[in-house]
Amino acid sequence: MSSYEARFKVWRGDGQGGGLKDFTVEVNDGEVVLDIVHRIQATQAPDLAVRWNCKAGKCGSCSAEINGRPRLLCMTRMSVFDRTETITITPLRAFPVVRDLVTNVGFNYQKAREVPAFVPPAGVGPGEYRMMQEDVDRSQEFRKCIECFLCQDTCHVVRDHEENKPAFAGPRFLMRVAELDMHPLDAAAETGLDRKRTAQDEHGLGYCNITKCCTEVCPEGIKITDNALIPLKERAVDRKYDPLVWLGSKIRRRTP
Amino acid sequence: MATGTEPQQNSGGVRTRTRAAITAPHLRTDRWWLAPAVTAAGLLAFVVYSTWRAFANTHYYAAPYVSPFYSPCLAENCRTMGAGPNADLFGAWWAISPAIIILIFPLGFRLTCYYYRKAYYRAFWASPPACAVAEPHRKYTGETRFPLILQNLHRYFFYAALLVAAVLTYDTVLAFRDPHYRWGHMGLGTLVFLANIVLIWAYTLSCHSCRHIVGGKLKHFSKHPVRYRTWQFIGKLNARHMQLAWASLLSVALADFYVYLVASGVFDDPRFF
Amino acid sequence: MSVVDRQEWDVVVVGAGGAGLRAAIEARERGARTAVICKSLFGKAHTVMAEGGIAAAMANANEHDNWQVHFRDTMRGGKFLNQWRMAELHAQEAPDRVWELETWGALFDRTKDGRISQRNFGGHEYPRLAHVGDRTGLELIRTLQQKIVALQQEDFKETGDYESRLKVFQECTVTRVLKDGPQVSGVFAYERESGRFFVLEAPAVVVATGGIGKSFKVTSNSWEYTGDGHALALLAGAPLLNMEFVQFHPTGMVWPPSVKGILVTESVRGDGGVLRNSDGKRFMFDYIPDVFKEKYAESEDEGDRWYEDPDNNRRPPELLPRDEVARAINAEVKAGRGSPHGGVFLDVSTRMPAEVIRRRLPSMYHQFKELADVDITAEAMEVGPTCHYVMGGIAVDSDTAAARGVPGLYAAGEVAGGMHGSNRLGGNSLSDLLVFGRRAGWHAAEYAQGLAHRRPPVDDAQVDTAAAEALRPFSAEAEGEAGPPENAYTLHQELQQTMNDLVGIIRREGEMEQALHRLAELRERARRAGVEGHRQFNPGWHLALDLRNMLLVSECVARAALERTESRGGHTREDHPTMDRAWRNVNLLCTLADPTGGLAATDPARGQIRLARETTDPIRPDLLALFEKEELVKYLAEEELYE
Repeated sequence: MSSYEARFKVWRGDGQGGGLKDFTVEVNDGEVVLDIVHRIQATQAPDLAVRWNCKAGKCGSCSAEINGRPRLLCMTRMSVFDRTETITITPLRAFPVVRDLVTNVGFNYQKAREVPAFVPPAGVGPGEYRMMQEDVDRSQEFRKCIECFLCQDTCHVVRDHEENKPAFAGPRFLMRVAELDMHPLDAAAETGLDRKRTAQDEHGLGYCNITKCCTEVCPEGIKITDNALIPLKERAVDRKYDPLVWLGSKIRRRTP
Repeated sequence: MATGTEPQQNSGGVRTRTRAAITAPHLRTDRWWLAPAVTAAGLLAFVVYSTWRAFANTHYYAAPYVSPFYSPCLAENCRTMGAGPNADLFGAWWAISPAIIILIFPLGFRLTCYYYRKAYYRAFWASPPACAVAEPHRKYTGETRFPLILQNLHRYFFYAALLVAAVLTYDTVLAFRDPHYRWGHMGLGTLVFLANIVLIWAYTLSCHSCRHIVGGKLKHFSKHPVRYRTWQFIGKLNARHMQLAWASLLSVALADFYVYLVASGVFDDPRFF
Repeated sequence: MSVVDRQEWDVVVVGAGGAGLRAAIEARERGARTAVICKSLFGKAHTVMAEGGIAAAMANANEHDNWQVHFRDTMRGGKFLNQWRMAELHAQEAPDRVWELETWGALFDRTKDGRISQRNFGGHEYPRLAHVGDRTGLELIRTLQQKIVALQQEDFKETGDYESRLKVFQECTVTRVLKDGPQVSGVFAYERESGRFFVLEAPAVVVATGGIGKSFKVTSNSWEYTGDGHALALLAGAPLLNMEFVQFHPTGMVWPPSVKGILVTESVRGDGGVLRNSDGKRFMFDYIPDVFKEKYAESEDEGDRWYEDPDNNRRPPELLPRDEVARAINAEVKAGRGSPHGGVFLDVSTRMPAEVIRRRLPSMYHQFKELADVDITAEAMEVGPTCHYVMGGIAVDSDTAAARGVPGLYAAGEVAGGMHGSNRLGGNSLSDLLVFGRRAGWHAAEYAQGLAHRRPPVDDAQVDTAAAEALRPFSAEAEGEAGPPENAYTLHQELQQTMNDLVGIIRREGEMEQALHRLAELRERARRAGVEGHRQFNPGWHLALDLRNMLLVSECVARAALERTESRGGHTREDHPTMDRAWRNVNLLCTLADPTGGLAATDPARGQIRLARETTDPIRPDLLALFEKEELVKYLAEEELYE
């Protein structure tokens, strides 16, 4: 066990302005950045605002940016930094700041509402659902998502372009569309809802230029780009850019 | 460190007024620029080399090896290659290098490839230069409109790339001859071609469109066990798509360069048997 | 002064974990306009931490399973102190609640024939836990969250407003339940982000705030678990039941210090993990209590065979109920046979191939890899007991989840008492949330609809008092009451240390008396807990307000634990080491000493809590008939048996 003093810069302020404040804090063996933030609260700045819950990487509350990279405070160990390094902690920079390290993540909840929910298959009662493991594997990967919104934060489509927010659901919620489209029993199609088409028309799939930052920051290791976004793009191609499919659907529509 | 204490103007992006007042476009302390710089250098080098070679219209055949840049060769001005990939579809009016005709397809395949898109959007267009590093553009519409909406054509280039790969496979088979077109021989060039064609196939099959077509589009894997297994296999390849993209890019350039060296007489192809 | 924003709702649900969301869904589906208030963001509730699974006798993995067997297991696990009607309803309704989740989009792991896969867990006779890897709680909360969104989408289609019938007030804290005479009239709350006060007027309030773990130092619980619901109910005049029963989960991480207490799921043992001491011995074989002797393997060979052939072998003792395993680990460490950092070894690396471990226990693999630099596929984990769950809670009616004595107040989930008796089985928590969350929402909605035309009015004076109480920490310094201002963080740490050391896993009379004295002292100092800064997202202020709740609940635990002179389930007395059949049918009820809900006038030494004993209802004969006589004599007093 060895402890040392580390230097931190923590962004403090609110919607009216603010800046990086210096702190020197004790660090002990095995600690994570969230421990340090708590120590700052307990000993130097009791009103330092930070969101956190489980401290075990399961709830996705303590998202922030450490040395400019979106990360979970509770899953970033101090041992990854050099002892002499000054560590900078800021709130997520894609969302409006509320106070200190807390941002208004309402954007994400709004987008969540815009994705039509799971449509249960008609005529299959509770207890009668039969699904094979290989058919649920893909959607299960996406359901590992802890909604930390780091992918939403790092995605340049909205991070660097506030004006795209209305049109673009972000990786998390495009992944939700993919999850439902791959759900073996989702009956959206039977009700006339084409998730492949709406992914592009309503949730802004075309804005994604697959630069994979969402996958890089995902603390759950979900392959968002390769397993959700690109397959969804390919499914949209099936619908909209495949002449054979287009021709087929024209013919089928004519002869009901 | 450049951090403002005043609320900024509504300039979009990370400096939008409602966001935490930090003027620096990013606060990353690692060498985030390294990856895009290396990517840009690598791609540029290939572009320079391949442009030179594609327009050179010389030294692309050294029996029994044909440069992958010139195969299949579809114009009259092509050199005759013994049982080689000649098919005079364009005739005499095609005056410039015949490589241009065929290179459209692998070029289109790679240009619209999901990996290369990431690579050049980051490295050349800085959109974004690296994760959580602000991009310099005022507006961004991604792949929602022309011309980038054409990226959706990747699948058709994939089909074309399958044909090209088939021809290159044929070329590799032809490489098991000696300079006098007698079968059952091998030289160092044969190995170069073998390595190249394995990488070309691996890259082509590991494509995201391929993964979608063989099984990804299905809703119920359990009803299509063979396609499911194929999808799993392609998925494993797909996880290495980036590595394969670079390896095959390098190998195709090397194969061409090898032909160039032999054809231009810099050295003779060492024959094994 | 009471110019606070007021809104009218039919049902207010406090807490957005599994129970709260399930209650809200039910209330809304039954036509009540429903508001949910939660301290964190929507979808972050502590339920996400649940790992193992949802216990429900669906008989997918073993066809012999049925609700009667599940009921039996639950009663055994709770050492027959359970409110038996709750255990019965729970066992009967759990399968329906799980299946219903599938119709809302949940994706559980599957059996070969496409049904929901079920896994083994401590105390359950058959593989019974519906699960998704080791992140079942996340699946549960996300499914319920998405069902709420689905309902909001329906409302949007109809009314043009997502929140017309079901609204989530996230990052808000309720500090008081408001009353009109004996009955509930609404809640007083503040918005964490702005510090703004508001009142939700509602005839029915469902409390679903979870547990109390943050009163202990080593805990698997998150900061939200400050016993808010317990305290709200107490302050509203409702009694708390059997608060002495606190479950210490046998396997929490012990190293590094900053993650001490974080849960290591029981699935590790359910899937084959074994516990060893520093001598390399599987010590659990030495700790099988008499009441379980026939049910557990006597040799390592038999235990190992059970994983393959459960019909002809008995289960390994690593899968005893949690209280037994936690005590055993505690004893091994005390006897000097612990691991380097004061735990014991939990090993899967020698029991399963690395590939299987990574697939079946993915989050455990990552948790150890990332937080402790331990590769669980290659080496053993170090684990030790951690405060995990409180079996005690608000005393409720079994069928309706209505809190006793306060019309309009309902409770479900961990905050409600009775269901689990003296010890909860793993997996029974998630099913409890669903079964009783639904029942609470249902009966709250019905009750509210009955009062639709005579809604109890909200009393301005109560709102003013509540506002003054919430603002008190800002003026603590100015008042300068008999001592220097106190730091809320320091007080919290001292409280946690006190409860951990003096009312922890093994309890002694003298220590608990000492704890009560320290709590009295802390209570007094907490009145001087001051706050720096302003009301906008100020964690120091929030903690100062939560301290009231933690102190109240801690006193309940300590007083009840001192009173119960036996060892049973989650309550172990060193000075009364055995289970006493005479205590089997005794409930301990805590109520607030000041019946008006005030705290100020209370004498610090005498405390704020009054304790009462009551005799439980006799277990219904047809339920008793599910057990063998030989087993019942171990638990029940003579006269109970022959009634």
